[in-house]
Amino acid sequence: MIDSPLPRPGDPPVTAALVEEHGLSPEEYARIVRILGREATFTELGVFSAMWSEHCGYKNSKRLLRLLPTEAPWVIQGPGENAGVIDAGDGYALAFKIESHNHPSAVEPYQGAATGIGGILRDVFTMGARPVATLNSLHFGDLDHPHVRYLFGGVVRGIGDYGNCVGIPSTGGEVQFDRGYRDNPIVNAMCLGLMRREDLIRGTAEGVGNTLMAVGARTGRDGIHGATFASEELSEGDDVSSRPQVQVGDPFTEKLLLEASLELIASGHIVGIQDMGAAGLTSSGAEMAGRSGTGVEMEVAQVPVREEGMTPYEILLSESQERMLVVAAAGREEAVREILEKWELEAATIGRVTASGAFRVLENGAPVADIPALPLTEGCPTYERPGEEGEEVRALRTMDISPHVKPPGALEDAFLQVTGSPTVASKQWVYEQYDTTVRANSIERPGGDAGVIRIPGTRRGIAATTDCNGRHTWLNPRVGAMGAVAEAARNVACTGAVPRAITNCLNFGSPLKPQIMHQFREAVLGMRDACAFLETPVTGGNVSFYNETDGKAVYPTPVIGMVGVLDDLEKLVRHPFRNDGDAILLLGNNTGELGGSEYLYVLHDLVAGEPPPVDLAAERQLQRCIVALATEGRVRSAHDVSSGGLAVTLTECCLGRPRAGGGLGATVRLDDPIPATALLFGEDHGRIVVSCAPGDAGAVARTAAGFGVPCARIGAVTTPSSPLVIEMAQESLRIPLAALRAQHFGAIPGIMNRTGTSQTG
Amino acid sequence: MTQSTPNPSGPNRFAVQVLVTPRPGLLDPQGKAIHHSLASLGFDSVAAVRVGKAIHLEVAAESAAEAEEAARAMCDKLLANPVTEDFRVAAVASAGETR
Amino acid sequence: MRVAVITFPGSNCDQDCHRSVEIAGGSASYIWHREQSLGNAEAVIVPGGFAHGDYLRPGAIARFSPIMETVARFARRGGFVLGICNGFQVLCEAGLLPGALLRNASLRFQSHDCHLRVERADTPFTSACHRGQVLRMPLSHADGNYYADPETLAALESEGRVVFRYCDPRGDATVESNPNGSLMGIAGIANRRGNVLGMMPHPDRAIEAALGSVDGLPLFESLVGQTHAAEVVR
Repeated sequence: MIDSPLPRPGDPPVTAALVEEHGLSPEEYARIVRILGREATFTELGVFSAMWSEHCGYKNSKRLLRLLPTEAPWVIQGPGENAGVIDAGDGYALAFKIESHNHPSAVEPYQGAATGIGGILRDVFTMGARPVATLNSLHFGDLDHPHVRYLFGGVVRGIGDYGNCVGIPSTGGEVQFDRGYRDNPIVNAMCLGLMRREDLIRGTAEGVGNTLMAVGARTGRDGIHGATFASEELSEGDDVSSRPQVQVGDPFTEKLLLEASLELIASGHIVGIQDMGAAGLTSSGAEMAGRSGTGVEMEVAQVPVREEGMTPYEILLSESQERMLVVAAAGREEAVREILEKWELEAATIGRVTASGAFRVLENGAPVADIPALPLTEGCPTYERPGEEGEEVRALRTMDISPHVKPPGALEDAFLQVTGSPTVASKQWVYEQYDTTVRANSIERPGGDAGVIRIPGTRRGIAATTDCNGRHTWLNPRVGAMGAVAEAARNVACTGAVPRAITNCLNFGSPLKPQIMHQFREAVLGMRDACAFLETPVTGGNVSFYNETDGKAVYPTPVIGMVGVLDDLEKLVRHPFRNDGDAILLLGNNTGELGGSEYLYVLHDLVAGEPPPVDLAAERQLQRCIVALATEGRVRSAHDVSSGGLAVTLTECCLGRPRAGGGLGATVRLDDPIPATALLFGEDHGRIVVSCAPGDAGAVARTAAGFGVPCARIGAVTTPSSPLVIEMAQESLRIPLAALRAQHFGAIPGIMNRTGTSQTG
Repeated sequence: MTQSTPNPSGPNRFAVQVLVTPRPGLLDPQGKAIHHSLASLGFDSVAAVRVGKAIHLEVAAESAAEAEEAARAMCDKLLANPVTEDFRVAAVASAGETR
Repeated sequence: MRVAVITFPGSNCDQDCHRSVEIAGGSASYIWHREQSLGNAEAVIVPGGFAHGDYLRPGAIARFSPIMETVARFARRGGFVLGICNGFQVLCEAGLLPGALLRNASLRFQSHDCHLRVERADTPFTSACHRGQVLRMPLSHADGNYYADPETLAALESEGRVVFRYCDPRGDATVESNPNGSLMGIAGIANRRGNVLGMMPHPDRAIEAALGSVDGLPLFESLVGQTHAAEVVR
């Protein structure tokens, strides 16, 4: 090879030990030597290490991810781009993506979560879409632990401060608390963006001779090898100073980047744009070249830096936030710079698109890296490691839980304990720290089944939700993942929207362990089946492995971010009961599944049993049915049944939203021949509680029958001063709304506002 | 992030510390919360907590006094809100030595 | 009525204000913060957001944007200026309104609906309301805790310059209905002449039934309906 890079003075020699430190096996390094036709330089080793990490190269997940359905007539962009894109109707396209920021949030919850929001926003606006909503999926340990409260409080504040400043409303999400997440919080952020279909732009470096420009914040030493770090487990005794520097978010610069990027895209002066996210300039440069089959040549001395004396290795691998790589059409560089100047942003020409097919980097003219781009981005070795169910979980899954069906005390106490459990209680304390109404398009704010955003200037809306019950996926990853897809779709359908596609964030432990690989494989298969059946293909997402501390992994947590389209916002259905006297109906059957339930966790301190099975055919019919009922305008409320069972669903229907007045009572009769706890707290899928005008109950039942969906009239809505009454075969409950309100709205503030936190574990 | 101008005009550079604090009597909920939190961690010797902010300036000036005077003008105009905040300035060292 | 909506780099509610003016029947245009002219505008809205990231203090940097000098001159001549949320913070920092907005007593960002009682229906911003009317609209801020020294506060009250006060749904200004610790439950105030109004809650997010409330609309209708605006300014 002509003009190959030579070892750079001051760089360490590439030894076997150094290769191992970079997370590459001897076989992987041998492959690198074959690709290069020579030994790698230190800079090149860093580049390969980042690109072939799990985070960028998906080496332990790719083979299984290929099994997921990714196509449908409405899918415009599937996996492989910055974000997935679907047709939203009326000439609009919806870009959306979810991503994890678990490790950074465990180290520094505020900045970790904040920069997670920043990254996911950039993924969406680099497609040409204006971010219109964010959601998040958070999983923490139990709140009785002061360090968990510190993490939870910091993460919520970080998400809020960043998203609020950029001005993107938060419209939904979920929070689960379980000891399975004590040392490793799961922090996943999702973003939705809207654009006209013709404004879609991709992360490509096309057109030989076009100019590469670094845009936005300057490059510092923060987060070097974050992508590799994200692919290693944490350990209790880790010296914090040995970690990469914490990335600090600057939401104001992000806001400027957002506006400038959208203006740049609209201007036609650029041909490609990509976030410098994980592995920074390396991944953005290599991926843009890889996608378009071109090459790139960059001069690191031209990259604006924040610190002196940075090496090519550091400049290429820095994960400083709020930076973008832009490919400007040749000759339009000045026009690009003018737009950026208006937004007070820096732009520097750092290189050009070449025909070489190589990712080539110079330092003051001397080559320091020269790597074929395609093998770098696509040639990462992939593995399908053996999997086997873990012993501990098998024992718990197959355990006989029937002795625990009886509550330890009175049934009413159990009811109040479950409805006051932080996982199922109101998340008002969380979402009121997020701006939920900015841009005046939030039609359904957080707290319902799914958030709904209006597509401005149309009658349409986008419904979105995130879901994953980690307890279910731990006990049985296949059934749990299927359930996560089913629940997410059901949540979207409850608003009247048709579920259309998902993005996923797969949070797992180390894939090198057979029991984790088993979880991963099973979860992917469950997701595959559910997505295929419910016609909600996967348009992209993120894999986060190594969520472990001292060898203990988190629950396998394949978070589903589901989007749906509501054709007519006038038909939107919400969850609170609306009128005294309305009929209450249950769609679907009660089967009393207590395996992996909130009830077992709260009352018996137990995570055991088979999680609720998913009947995909019944689920699909149920969802079609609720969308039809919404479209017919027959139902006045609809609410899905999930964590905490009917007890929680009915409580939420009665109480309605916080700050909206008193709520309504209800009297319900459940005749199913199953034990009271199973009936009240069972988390069986495939159920929705609806209410309608008494005279419409027959019509609702007929529509349900048309879809083959079981439908039972179970009671009536009563007055604001009435209690929630539930009559069952053997027992009955009569709980004043005030007691429910105290549990439901008081649980999380009660803990967070009255107890301290601790930064140390 | 540190923002620095490469070639500040003026003969000498001084590091000036600006301390902005809530005015006496102004309710300081942040201080109150920290006080409460410290007490709950067992630091019960703390009698009061006030939270303000420290701003570090590198100022080019002839003398420390001139640097402080410049910093006071900055406080009046931008760095402190006279309605709610007091400030103190102190030129602590020549900036060149602190790097 | 031609209304200029000032856009700072970190403004997030400029579009919401623009839309509100148009729905109320006025015509709105954006003015970039680096401009020095308000053109032929007859009223100005300083919208919500994080003008310059709200670094240092909300509004502290924004008040030095070139357009703010023009806005101040416009206000001194009697031009109508409405500051919403961050806009209120900017107007206080700029000295167009007295007092300051401190961190919420909860120390948290708060985003939820609140109720406001209209204390004065004889301002250019509330003429379509009636005194004592209760409005429901979202608030969304971390620094909305209104503070002024006792003399200023007494003057605001005695001169009737408190235009909005937080209240419960029935219109009672209670301790519980004060969301952020604002002194005297103050949600919005006017300057002495009555042509400058600042408020923390967001009328611009309560202008369509689909958003859950239309209670913000009368404010924009009041402003757009002012007929003497042009003379006042010139």
